[in-house]
Amino acid sequence: AETILFQMSKQLDMFKTNLEEFACKHKQEIRKNPEFRVQFQDMCATIGVDPLASGKGFWSEMLGVGDFYYELGVQIIEVCLALKHRNGGLITLEELHQQVLKGRGKFAQDVSQDDLLRAIKKLKVLGNGFGIIPVGGTYLIQSVPAELNMDHTVVLQLAEKKGYVTVSEIKSSLKWETERAKQVLEHLLKEGMAWLDTQAAGEPQYWLPALFTELYSQEITPEEAKEAIP
Amino acid sequence: VKFDSGVLLLSTHRLIWRDQKNHECCIAVPLSQVVFIEEQAAGIGKSAKIVVHLHPASSNKEPGPFQSSKYSYIKLSFKEHGQIEFYRRLSEEITQRRWENMPTGQTIQVNKDRQPGRIRAVGIVGIERKLEEKRKETDKNISEAFEDLSKLMEKAKEMVELSKSIANKIKEKQGDITEDETIRFKSYLLSMGISNPVTRETHGSGTHYHMQLAKQLAGMLQTPLEERGGIMSLTEVYCLVNRARGLELLSPEDLVNACKMLESLKLPLRLRVFDSGVMVIELQSHNEEEMVASALETVSEKGSLTADEFAKLVGMSVLLAKERLLLAEKMGHLCRDDSVEGLRFYPNLFLTQS
Repeated sequence: AETILFQMSKQLDMFKTNLEEFACKHKQEIRKNPEFRVQFQDMCATIGVDPLASGKGFWSEMLGVGDFYYELGVQIIEVCLALKHRNGGLITLEELHQQVLKGRGKFAQDVSQDDLLRAIKKLKVLGNGFGIIPVGGTYLIQSVPAELNMDHTVVLQLAEKKGYVTVSEIKSSLKWETERAKQVLEHLLKEGMAWLDTQAAGEPQYWLPALFTELYSQEITPEEAKEAIP
Repeated sequence: VKFDSGVLLLSTHRLIWRDQKNHECCIAVPLSQVVFIEEQAAGIGKSAKIVVHLHPASSNKEPGPFQSSKYSYIKLSFKEHGQIEFYRRLSEEITQRRWENMPTGQTIQVNKDRQPGRIRAVGIVGIERKLEEKRKETDKNISEAFEDLSKLMEKAKEMVELSKSIANKIKEKQGDITEDETIRFKSYLLSMGISNPVTRETHGSGTHYHMQLAKQLAGMLQTPLEERGGIMSLTEVYCLVNRARGLELLSPEDLVNACKMLESLKLPLRLRVFDSGVMVIELQSHNEEEMVASALETVSEKGSLTADEFAKLVGMSVLLAKERLLLAEKMGHLCRDDSVEGLRFYPNLFLTQS
């Protein structure tokens, strides 16, 4: 075993040198170019390497990718915690992105949604219930250890279009019985992820605060505001 | 008012925009008119954009919303998603210039009755040239970077293959490898970012690095833990430690692996995993079961409490408050009332008053 390990350590040293060369030339590219980061991550995944597994890994030490994503992880945790009282621990990727960018300030390095997703995938191992739920064309990020099974996810996806959902909609779109629909909605209510509007015309509506900003408000610049008003 | 709410299409010859509501309304720009494209990242209140710089309109230009304009570019605003992917595809089409080799299909009839928009088409030659140069330079840098990246990945792949064969050998000849050698091997894997289920099964993921880290953590977390009643969730620890470090941050996996070693290294902290999957660090001196007794008192005083209320009263995070109440319930001291209004805990009178 000694000889094989020795061989490996020699090759490792060589690889480290190659990586150093690469870092010299292209470290900036990785820092500044989200597209390049995606390519980099995808290629690593294809060959079976996780550049973010450890801060002590070569990738992290020499390319600085580690610090970038681990710090992002901290920022994501903080944003989710701050908004949890409002959305029950569910937030759209868009809103998370906006809030994180806000927190990072004007002069910080740019962060793409892909970057956020990768950071979140790493956070899962901390046991805090971080999860990524595909809805519509985007994702909902879960940051609490609430149990969300397939039934819950499917209802969230249904609600994504308008920000709310009703029992009848669930029954007609998903062909479920009333009991099943109600169970799912009650679970979401209990977890604080859904709010009940009993004053809606027709039947009660179950709204998802996580989807509020996405659909019903949009920050606009002063120029856009001027243009919008006749 | 701009051209809003539409669908952007890319063909080998043209960039086409079609109104989502009024399908009759369709405008197109031939790709041959494009000099250069650049991205503008999204920001607060702004969506991600692609700016497409165009040549001056030729005299045989198709009729369109405008015959001419001051600007030599158009902006494509991606309100929802797709900017990155679209930019990638558009760059490809512009680099490949396939329209030069293929005949075009029918040109689309363009709708005239539209409100004024931002699409204009008159260029400025000097600026055009500079943009061309910049584009070539950027392209060259990026393609060089990709080339180098590919070569690097080839070498990394070799390392992965090598480590796989070593791991297999270890599996086969259990006796032939020493404890020390296994640890060395694992640290090599760590450097490369290669995970190996074989060694993990038999020897765990810890390395010397993680042992050192565990000792550091024990030192660092003593006071914060005492300030927080002896217990902290792993996410809190992650944030605390990384904020303190500033540089050379720990990965989530580093933290977990180090914490797993706390107990075996006989350090004054330990890792605990609740049934829900929530992971915490506790002081050895902390006894959650004892805390349950005092939790029971608190709940009894108030009649009943939710996790939120309890958290506020005691000054803990809601996450940990909930875990404590759940533990109390598991031990039989509390009963739950699970309703739409939330999860509320009551002292278990079935037990005490029978």
